[in-house]
Amino acid sequence: MKWYITKRLFMLIPVLLGVSILAFSLIRLAPGDPAVTIAGQHASPQVISAIREKYGLNKPLTTQYWIWLKQVLHGDLGRSIVSNEFVAKEILERFPNTIELTMLSMFFAIIAGCIAGIISASRQYSIFDYSIMGLALFGVSLPVFWLGIMLMMIFGVWLRWLPISGRISMMISFQRITGFYLLDSLITGNLAAFISSLRYLILPSIALSTIPMATIARVTRSSMLEVLRQDFIRTERAKGLSERMVIYKHAVRNAMIPVITVIGLNFGLLLAGAILTETVFSWPGIGRYVVNGVTMRDYPVVQGCVLFFASMFVIVNLITDIVYVYIDPRIHYG
Amino acid sequence: MKRTRETKTHELVRRLKYNKSAVFGLAIVVILILCAIFANYIAPNSPTPSPPELFKALKPGFWSEDKVEGMPLGADAMGRCILSRILYGARVSLTAGFVAVGIAMILGITFGTLSGYYGGWVDALIMRIVDIMFAFPALLLAIVIVTVLGQGLDKAMIAIGIVYTPQMARIIRSSVLYIKEMEYIEVQKAIGSSDARIIFRHVLPNSIAPVIVYGTLMLASAILDCAALGFLGLGAQPPTPEWGAMLSKSYSYIVSGAWWAATFPGIAILFSVIGLNLLGDGLRDILDPRLKT
Repeated sequence: MKWYITKRLFMLIPVLLGVSILAFSLIRLAPGDPAVTIAGQHASPQVISAIREKYGLNKPLTTQYWIWLKQVLHGDLGRSIVSNEFVAKEILERFPNTIELTMLSMFFAIIAGCIAGIISASRQYSIFDYSIMGLALFGVSLPVFWLGIMLMMIFGVWLRWLPISGRISMMISFQRITGFYLLDSLITGNLAAFISSLRYLILPSIALSTIPMATIARVTRSSMLEVLRQDFIRTERAKGLSERMVIYKHAVRNAMIPVITVIGLNFGLLLAGAILTETVFSWPGIGRYVVNGVTMRDYPVVQGCVLFFASMFVIVNLITDIVYVYIDPRIHYG
Repeated sequence: MKRTRETKTHELVRRLKYNKSAVFGLAIVVILILCAIFANYIAPNSPTPSPPELFKALKPGFWSEDKVEGMPLGADAMGRCILSRILYGARVSLTAGFVAVGIAMILGITFGTLSGYYGGWVDALIMRIVDIMFAFPALLLAIVIVTVLGQGLDKAMIAIGIVYTPQMARIIRSSVLYIKEMEYIEVQKAIGSSDARIIFRHVLPNSIAPVIVYGTLMLASAILDCAALGFLGLGAQPPTPEWGAMLSKSYSYIVSGAWWAATFPGIAILFSVIGLNLLGDGLRDILDPRLKT
């Protein structure tokens, strides 16, 4: 087990190096002088020559890469062309918002997806089963940005139940500690801020949760059906256990293994979906940050976000693999 | 040789008929293709009228008293017919999807075959590159490529094609690895056939099934991703009638009650993707029963 984790950690190194090379070449491949690309079109000649000096842009590419990598490892992702702030600082400011959004989406997706999948499987070929699977097909085919717009229209514009864009009501002021709105408002005991930030969170996270919800429902169903066909389930039934006991105590536990893999894989997809959802709902997270970066040709921002997103994605996949081995002792990796 | 291929196609059609959801998917896809081909005959109006008819801006469609004649689904913020733009949009989206998947297939088949057939350092190198590309969520990688290439529909297609390449390469590689060990390949080697002949005459034709299945499913996600890039303003640029771009230009008007401009293009995306997914799932059940979920 320990050996496997160490091995997986070592396998991360070439992947992360590759990711960094790709992020590095982003600015070098962009048309024009890299120094101007980093400093922005309107930078003064002094700034441009300072950048050229700092990144060693007159030196060979390999040297440039090492200089840049050293800076990245020290947490220096450069400055944004648009705001002139440090990219690392801006990413860390927005990161909690993206995490809150993806976590709540995942929570919705797991709860609803698993329940729907389990009930579907235990009543295979019933009307319930057909309608859930039909909905799941809709769910995997939905353009998440369009769903966001529809939710905004129905619950925000027509019914006026929930706010449609932003992170928290402008009327509320409160103290920031960790950067997580929900957590900070709880720590400071600010109920009004908690409710307000939760209300802003609901629509985007429902929009974002549909695709993983549908995938989880499908996988849970097929995995449950497979388990329910196995001998030990027949034994349980023959022993006279109630159907409820058979399903919830024995089948579900065994059926969850593939579901966990899918949950892990979907975390990555959620990060991609967050790019779209955040754009629709003007959500101040990393997704909207990177889209603005691309639109404004703010290369240091795009580069920083790419590094950040890819590292998160790789780490989540690693955790999934480790959890997978941990919960299923039958699997042994050499 | 020709006869066996015909019977295989016949068998495919025969088995597809019994799969109701696949037939439904195929019907949607056929309608979509017809819309794309005959857009200029069936669309009631021009998708990009010039000069713009701004007095029709955000007029509702057939459901309202205030409707504009000849625009059943209403008009968008520029006074253009939404129905016509959706029909022309089918052309844009399908082309983009086919081009992107085509790029992914050409690159994926090349690298996947090299990797699976030759093994060794070629395989190791290609698979490490694939691993790195898998470290990015697909949409993010597409955004990165668009950042380098510049914005526009053509660049979006290329970006999506590149992003889907590693997936295709892995699928081809695994099927080549399987076929390579078959006895008939050994026979070919024994009688001294060249590598090129073995690959093109024997290995590739036998690994075509997963290519068709995943190609169809990829087409669905390519259309979705292309619309997503259009929505973000990185894909098709106005005034191109592209579904994603249409949404991004119109969703701010839902606050003033003009729901139609942001609703119908999304339904078009949804149905195309559902159709292709159903067809892809059906083909998978028939061509590659091992993968059935």
